[in-house]
Amino acid sequence: MEIKCKRELNLQKHYQKISMSKIQVNNVYKIFGNSPLEVLPMVKEGANKEDILEKTGHTVGLDNVSISVEEGETFVCMGLSGSGKSTLIRHLNRLIDPTDGEVFVDGTNVMKLNEQELIEFRKHKMSMVFQRFGLFPHKTVIQNVGYGLEIQGKVLKERNIVAMEQIESVGLQGFENQYPNQLSGGMQQRVGLARALATNPEILLMDEAFSALDPLIRSDMQQQLIELQTKLKKTIVFITHDLDESLRLGDHIGILNGGRLVQVGTPEQIIMNPADDYVEAFVKDVNRAKVLKAKTVMIKANQFDTSQIKLAEVFKVNEGVYIEEFLPKVLADNSTIMVVDNKGDTKGYITSKELAISLSKTGYNESSKIN
Amino acid sequence: MFRKYKKYLNFGFFLIFIILLVVSYNSSKRKPDSVGELLTNFKWLNDFPKWLDAPFMVWINNGWRSFSEKYGLIFDSIGYVLLRSYSEIKNFLVNVPWPIIVIAVVLLTFYASGRKIGTTIFVGFCTFSIGFLNPRFWDKAIETTTIVFIGILLCLIVGLPVGIAMARNPKVRNAILPILDLMQVIPAFCYLIPGIILFGLGAIPAIIGIFIYSCPPLIRLTDLGIRLVDKEIIEAAESFGASRKQKLWGVQLPLALPNIMQGINQCTMMALAMVVVASMIGTRGLGDEVLLGLQQLNVGASLEAGLAIVLLAIVFDRITQAYGDKMQERTQPSKALPKN
Repeated sequence: MEIKCKRELNLQKHYQKISMSKIQVNNVYKIFGNSPLEVLPMVKEGANKEDILEKTGHTVGLDNVSISVEEGETFVCMGLSGSGKSTLIRHLNRLIDPTDGEVFVDGTNVMKLNEQELIEFRKHKMSMVFQRFGLFPHKTVIQNVGYGLEIQGKVLKERNIVAMEQIESVGLQGFENQYPNQLSGGMQQRVGLARALATNPEILLMDEAFSALDPLIRSDMQQQLIELQTKLKKTIVFITHDLDESLRLGDHIGILNGGRLVQVGTPEQIIMNPADDYVEAFVKDVNRAKVLKAKTVMIKANQFDTSQIKLAEVFKVNEGVYIEEFLPKVLADNSTIMVVDNKGDTKGYITSKELAISLSKTGYNESSKIN
Repeated sequence: MFRKYKKYLNFGFFLIFIILLVVSYNSSKRKPDSVGELLTNFKWLNDFPKWLDAPFMVWINNGWRSFSEKYGLIFDSIGYVLLRSYSEIKNFLVNVPWPIIVIAVVLLTFYASGRKIGTTIFVGFCTFSIGFLNPRFWDKAIETTTIVFIGILLCLIVGLPVGIAMARNPKVRNAILPILDLMQVIPAFCYLIPGIILFGLGAIPAIIGIFIYSCPPLIRLTDLGIRLVDKEIIEAAESFGASRKQKLWGVQLPLALPNIMQGINQCTMMALAMVVVASMIGTRGLGDEVLLGLQQLNVGASLEAGLAIVLLAIVFDRITQAYGDKMQERTQPSKALPKN
């Protein structure tokens, strides 16, 4: 009987472990000020951020934020400055302690770690990339990249080998003996990325990593990150204030406003169903063709009347392809798109009508006429 | 948690003040015949009354006497160590032929400044000129240098750890800052004279004076330098799991080094200023010469000696400053090298 109980308990534990996401943030509050604990009940009752600032002089950084990030996905946290996104990411490796709430990484309660355990946790579990790069100006590129390993106590030879590999993987070979200030912004951030990857962490925290870069280099870096991610399959938490960036990189996006989590969803969900005015204002100017995938806009194969179309005009695309890529084909040749999955099975169809519905903000209404 | 006790603290201060008032009234010899007189005769409101005199002087004197009786031995031993090291270094340097010292200074400058020829030649010339002004000055300058050197060593041994502790803990900073203010503001003679009582005339009270007078800027600049290190760089170190020790030695101190060097430079300059003042309590050295010139109303002699001190100051300043600049170049290479 006892044995059975134990086994059940173990199973339960195991179940808990697998049921839990890679990173789980539960009801985290963060209040900045002299006595945050006294203000906490007020925040919990749902008082306004501005009121609290006026009455108590405390700033609410995070207000009941809960997120969960699955293993191997890129979670983008988006919001304007002051929305608490940088505060949130610093809770994950406890650079900031929450006023209330729990943070679990791999089922470990980060809040319960003592100083020594926290150091071990930071050494191996996750590493961070910073907005203004956070490179050590007194160390060369290779020393910077090897820093995490240095902290782990690896010998110089070993860490130089690993650092060199990482430097090559971000395409900076030949610069390893330069100092950070001798490099351009884009190169510096690639050093930052290489440094974060050098310890081979399971989780990568990127705090507005590309925000300080100019648009061309930013897009370049995004591409590089996507390529790295397809190879490495890390769990990435990415902070940005740029919607295009978040749509491009994120598997899931969480939108923060004034410390509150407004909406969480896939890029398509955010675009198609913005939760409130704030999100809608964000989404308004997005180029939908670049964000929506064929999968999202198609009509399922069983609901589509195939008799109308001529086979000659049918054009096959993969379900993961963005609208942008087949949009000209549909408009110019009036062809029908057949959406297939990776195995080649037909999943659905797209005609110019579906495109029109998905691309406009208000949607397409057959009865409305343009005067 | 502190707030809870804050009002009690203020109340306590008030109580102490009242007790102090009563004690000073009772211990005063010039108090009126009875307390009642104060209420009938209000003359005491005109001039500050003579009986309102806190007897600090008596307390300090009594305390000082028992202090020097009890702990005199400790100060004797400290004084002995300082005096011994002072005379050893001084005797060694005085016995070294002067050209070798000039060459040594030149070599030191050359390497400290990162092989800057201009600075090196200038410093070498200044060193030579000290003796050139008046051959008597050479040995005196060596005496002064030795005192300054030991004083600064003392400052470094105490100042750096204190500065680091202040940067790491705001409570320590709040506790130490008033002490630093006190050290800087209190007139030099107020601690030079007790120094004589504890250590006797000569170099030792001067070294102690230098320590009290020139340690604060070093402590302040160390503290500031460490706190000014970019927060994101500190976060980066933390995010990789650096311990407090690793953070301090690997990141904070190297990046604070230019500021710390500036602190050492300031420390040196203030030490030189103090060494001149200390000549008035019988410290030998260049300050001695200035004092001699003044006592004889020999303007030429005192100015000459003053100039020698300036030259010595320039030598110290250039060497420490050049070294600081070199540090800065190493920690912030963009300032020295063109961008790619």
